[in-house]
Amino acid sequence: MTPKIALKDVHKSFGPKHVLRGVNLDVMPGESMVVIGGSGTGKSVTIKSVLGLIQPDKGEVWVDDIRADKARGGKRDALLDKFGMLFQGGALFDSLSVWENVAFRLRRRMNKADARDTAIAKLRRVGLGPENADLYPGELSGGMQKRVGLARAIADDPEIIFFDEPTTGLDPIMADVINDLIREVVVEMGATAMTITHDMSSVRKIADKVAMLHDGVIQWTGPVADLDTCDNPYIDQFIHGRATGPIEAVR
Amino acid sequence: MAVLSAFQGFLAGIGASVLGLFRSTGALFLFAVQGIIHMVLPRWYWRETLRQMLKIGYFSLPVVGLTALFTGAVLALQIYIGGSRFNAEGVVASIVAIGIVRELGPVLGGLMVAGRVSSAIAAELGTMRVTEQIDALTTLSTNPFKYLVAPRLIAGIVTLPILVAVADIIGVMGGFLVGVNRLNFSASAYISNTVNFLEAGDIMSGLYKAAVFGFIITLMGCYHGYNSGRGAQGVGNATTNAVVSASVLIFAANYILTELFFTT
Repeated sequence: MTPKIALKDVHKSFGPKHVLRGVNLDVMPGESMVVIGGSGTGKSVTIKSVLGLIQPDKGEVWVDDIRADKARGGKRDALLDKFGMLFQGGALFDSLSVWENVAFRLRRRMNKADARDTAIAKLRRVGLGPENADLYPGELSGGMQKRVGLARAIADDPEIIFFDEPTTGLDPIMADVINDLIREVVVEMGATAMTITHDMSSVRKIADKVAMLHDGVIQWTGPVADLDTCDNPYIDQFIHGRATGPIEAVR
Repeated sequence: MAVLSAFQGFLAGIGASVLGLFRSTGALFLFAVQGIIHMVLPRWYWRETLRQMLKIGYFSLPVVGLTALFTGAVLALQIYIGGSRFNAEGVVASIVAIGIVRELGPVLGGLMVAGRVSSAIAAELGTMRVTEQIDALTTLSTNPFKYLVAPRLIAGIVTLPILVAVADIIGVMGGFLVGVNRLNFSASAYISNTVNFLEAGDIMSGLYKAAVFGFIITLMGCYHGYNSGRGAQGVGNATTNAVVSASVLIFAANYILTELFFTT
């Protein structure tokens, strides 16, 4: 089967800092892949390379049978239509109300009333009532902002959804709620999901497969069930949160 | 040997600064070209454009109006003092009108709007950059240049001439109030001197300038905000750079445009 997303020998540097040094990763259709790794290891750079927000220095990025890193103009627009993304801080547009944020993409092909109805339905799907539709992002709590971000990510029923640190900054209970929601919507929609996180409870809730990124390369990839039994020293150190091991901690 | 190496270091420093200047100029030029392309080609976000017109034009009216009013008043007093040395007090009305319409209206209006609008645009776009809202736009299949930059450029180019036209009227009014109430000119003589000596070219040259200044103000706000560095400091720097560069470019463009209108 052809991977939904494939990264082949992707390199990216920022000045003298080599962030990605040859990332190879396949994400199969309908699979939920979680990329783990410490802060600053290039997890965000990896998904931004897939989205075209960052241009890789070398290597290939494929989405279905399209070379995503070379796509321009209409081809790139068509490619981006396949994606939804939940950003770490929500990245909601301050000047727009909650429903306008959720319906942002829908407004291109729907009239205002239909887009609002769809947005309210999506908000309800993530546990927010219609009374929140006319609020502005500044009036929402962190957890509510994540939910709105999630509603926006799934609003147009995308084929692929990216989650960037979905539980960062949330209390454990709200983090669990968001994890459950992510798992539910991904399964329900049959979407391919790619999540980056260093929260192990998220990994165990969301992932079908896990990839460990360190030193600019994927050190290990495998099913989430193998996480505790694999003998990879990077995984072992990371999931147990040990200061000693192949991953050097900055003291 | 030490002197030679210090001299080489000095030259390297100059070289790096010059290269940096060329790099920044090139980046700004490419940004401006991209902004213009997205401004003239569909799709247009009219609702966003109207919102920006309100923010840039309508809400700048009080500050620009007050600036013009006091400038006109001061100009009348100063020209009266200067003119009285040559027994030419009668030129006050016409010189106030020409000075306001050709020069002070667009330049001072442009500077006031630069301080108010350029900084606001840079802060808004800078915050959007830092909080990943600009990336979010891209993932929602929306070109940030079309949604953020083009509406602001259109709003600047359209509203600044309107704003300056209003400022011209208020500025002349400021001169009129001082001329009639403080310098004891006859109201009808002041008005006829203003109207008789003012030509359409005077008004139009000021309005052309205003359109160019509107472009400069919004472009600088967008450029510095869009390319803002990380964190509060990055946004702060973007805001400062936007106002400073917009102000300096307004003066430079004003000279070039004045030369153009002067020779043709």
